[in-house]
Amino acid sequence: MWSDASLRENPAQPVAPQKAPKMTTGFLQVEHLAKAYQADKPVFADVSFAIDKGEFVCIIGHSGCGKTTILNVLAGLDTASSGHCFMDGREIAGPSLERGVVFQSHALMPWLTVRQNIAFAVKSRWPDWGRAETNAHVEKFVALVGLSPAIDKKPSQLSGGMKQRVGIARAFAIQPKMLLLDEPFGALDALTRGTIQDELMGIVRETQQTVFMITHDVDEAILLADRILLMSNGSEGANGYVPGGMAEVVVNPLPRSRTRAQLHHLDGYYDLRNHIVDFLVTRAKAH
Amino acid sequence: MKVASLNLRAALVSLLLFAVFIGAWQLSTSGPSVGGASAGMTAEEIEYAKMMGKDPGAEKSTGFPPPIEVAKASWSHLSNPFYDKGPNDKGIGIQLAHSLARVGLGFVLAMAVAIPLGFLIGMSPLMRKAFDPFVQVLKPISPLAWMPLALYTLKDSDVSGIFVIFICSVWPMLINTAFGVASVKREWLNVASTLEVNPIRKAFQVILPAAAPTILTGMRISMGIAWLVIVAAEMLVGGTGVGYFVWNEWNNLSLTNVIFAVLLIGVVGMLLDLMFAQLQKAVTYVE
Repeated sequence: MWSDASLRENPAQPVAPQKAPKMTTGFLQVEHLAKAYQADKPVFADVSFAIDKGEFVCIIGHSGCGKTTILNVLAGLDTASSGHCFMDGREIAGPSLERGVVFQSHALMPWLTVRQNIAFAVKSRWPDWGRAETNAHVEKFVALVGLSPAIDKKPSQLSGGMKQRVGIARAFAIQPKMLLLDEPFGALDALTRGTIQDELMGIVRETQQTVFMITHDVDEAILLADRILLMSNGSEGANGYVPGGMAEVVVNPLPRSRTRAQLHHLDGYYDLRNHIVDFLVTRAKAH
Repeated sequence: MKVASLNLRAALVSLLLFAVFIGAWQLSTSGPSVGGASAGMTAEEIEYAKMMGKDPGAEKSTGFPPPIEVAKASWSHLSNPFYDKGPNDKGIGIQLAHSLARVGLGFVLAMAVAIPLGFLIGMSPLMRKAFDPFVQVLKPISPLAWMPLALYTLKDSDVSGIFVIFICSVWPMLINTAFGVASVKREWLNVASTLEVNPIRKAFQVILPAAAPTILTGMRISMGIAWLVIVAAEMLVGGTGVGYFVWNEWNNLSLTNVIFAVLLIGVVGMLLDLMFAQLQKAVTYVE
């Protein structure tokens, strides 16, 4: 019932500035991915999915289902026990500047200022750039997340939300082909989270960035994602151990122009939300 | 009544303690006036006593010197610190310079060995395990126990002194560097990986600043030990330095000069420690 996005397009809504970009199949391709710490009990197995260019995909699942492992494999920071990942036709083998990562714990270097933190990334991407060029680029991306007044502060002088903004700016500043976000708003309070979600959505729409994001927050997924991947945990069933995996892929039927403020007034929002929450409560858990 | 600041009150108590200490010293050294011994003697008797090597008037100066004597001696040493009247009579500034030069040289050599080796041990679990037995056995050896071996193999007392400083400074620095490097946060290393930072840049721009506070702590401990050891080493090898000065003045039975030197060693040690405290402050970051 969720597969047809156009059905639920609300014509009364203002038309989005850009329609969803034309999808070229399989910009990111994940094939039969599995991870096992004990050979006979893989955490997840046979996970396959594809992400198109310009698509925003969220993955939801309970703790321990292997979301972060999948993201780390995509980032090149971890290796799968079996299966392959391809981006842009090439197999992912190790970390790359083509994939920007926003870490849950923001992972800013506390001895560097905001400017230096982002410059560190920019210099890694373009080592030949001069000081002025690097600086201009850094300032542009700091402005993008609205932190220009705090550009010469150390992370310890910033609030949690500001730190995460810097993390996002750092990931965007290297202009990667794809963005990987590991539950970036998990540690933020609800108000800050909402503001940064809006900012992130704005930047992603503007840059047509391809994004893969982990979240625990159903509303966040509905607001941001074009598609939502639902993952189940591994469990001991009647017929022995069943590894976790991709249980369902939900296409978000809400118009892309949705905003946080009017999200819950949209037709189909509650159906979608109930569907995902039901999945999390009844089907996803290992018991 | 307004309560004075903590610093001011502490300073007042310090002053009080100092006054009590000086007072007690003064009282205990000027107690029974030894000069009274000559009171009942005739001029001939005093003359006779002097000829027998028992000058009743001078007896006072062979006792423990009162504070004023030490203050006078200190003033005379400090007002002309750089005179050189042959091997056994050099100004205190020259002696101090010799000690500091030995400590500095030994310390720099220790840094040159301990910091790169600490990086290696900290980054490689294999190397940590391989080096561990050597470090555990060599670390508890008193630096002075190396002296005979150093004198025999290096055949130079000056170089041996430097070697002893080297061997005592190397362990705290090595252990702290290895610990600091090994406990660099995984997330910072992940950031460096996803930005494809090369190993050299990673070592200098991520691991070194991240581990710097721990490394500096090791250096501070090393410097403290080196300053303790240099005095003992110089008493053994002789020639120059504050340690030799103390030993020489002991042989001269000049307790006044010994007390002066002991105080000076304390003050210089404190200044060295303050210097490292400042350095430590400069590299410490708040997370």
